[in-house]
Amino acid sequence: MSREAGTELPTQRFTVTRAALVAYAEASGDHNPIHQDEEVARSVGLPGVIAHGMYTLALAARAADTWAGAPGRVVELGAKFTKPVVVPAGDDGVEVVVAGVVKKVDDGLTTVGMTVTCGDDKVLGMPTVVLRG
Amino acid sequence: MVDPSLSGRTFPPTAPHDVTADHVRAFAEATGSSWAEGDPAPPTYPIVVAFAAMQDLMQDPEVGIELRHVIHGEQRFAYERPVVAGDVLTATLTVESLRQRGGADFIGTSSAVTDADGALVCTAKATLIHTAGAE
Repeated sequence: MSREAGTELPTQRFTVTRAALVAYAEASGDHNPIHQDEEVARSVGLPGVIAHGMYTLALAARAADTWAGAPGRVVELGAKFTKPVVVPAGDDGVEVVVAGVVKKVDDGLTTVGMTVTCGDDKVLGMPTVVLRG
Repeated sequence: MVDPSLSGRTFPPTAPHDVTADHVRAFAEATGSSWAEGDPAPPTYPIVVAFAAMQDLMQDPEVGIELRHVIHGEQRFAYERPVVAGDVLTATLTVESLRQRGGADFIGTSSAVTDADGALVCTAKATLIHTAGAE
């Protein structure tokens, strides 16, 4: 990963399916039915089944590990969950795109501002990762 | 609406969570990632214990909010070190802020995730947005 502010990092694309949300619910312990059940999701005013915010953040973190070249270098990670990632039924799922630009390099720490989109929507607000080394 | 006195309250630590290789692998694979024995866990892995702490908060008799009426508004992690298989983690949640806006409760939480020695592994801050629901 280039250590210069302004460097754009390779964009990474991920597919999210309903089956993956089921596996994620099991692994994370977050069994909120809005991530599984169309009827419940609509009953609380959502457009359909949505991905866990933490699922999308996990994709951003995964992109950061790839940029860093090795796992275990993330020292800070955070975002607001601004727009839902609506996941249709079926195997095709929906695509989430993670882009990033180096914002700051300081004292061995690299701050990356990410842009995480689904369709035309930015789904995370100010997603930021700080990487060591 | 959630009782304003909730602000400042610290909940008891969650039950210890054994970080097994199988569980780290399942967590990584659920997000389409791979994981090799000896690698650190994915950065968002501590949400497992942080979420357990948030569930304890929501299910507390004095709080009693339903998960389906909760939106995860924001999440931040600051890491002291990566999580590795073999860790035993607990999370201790404090309600840092509580405000009501537009008929919703915005609950700001901070969970200290600690290992078996009591050393801080990471701090996980979450904002939970509770909408009152139709019932």
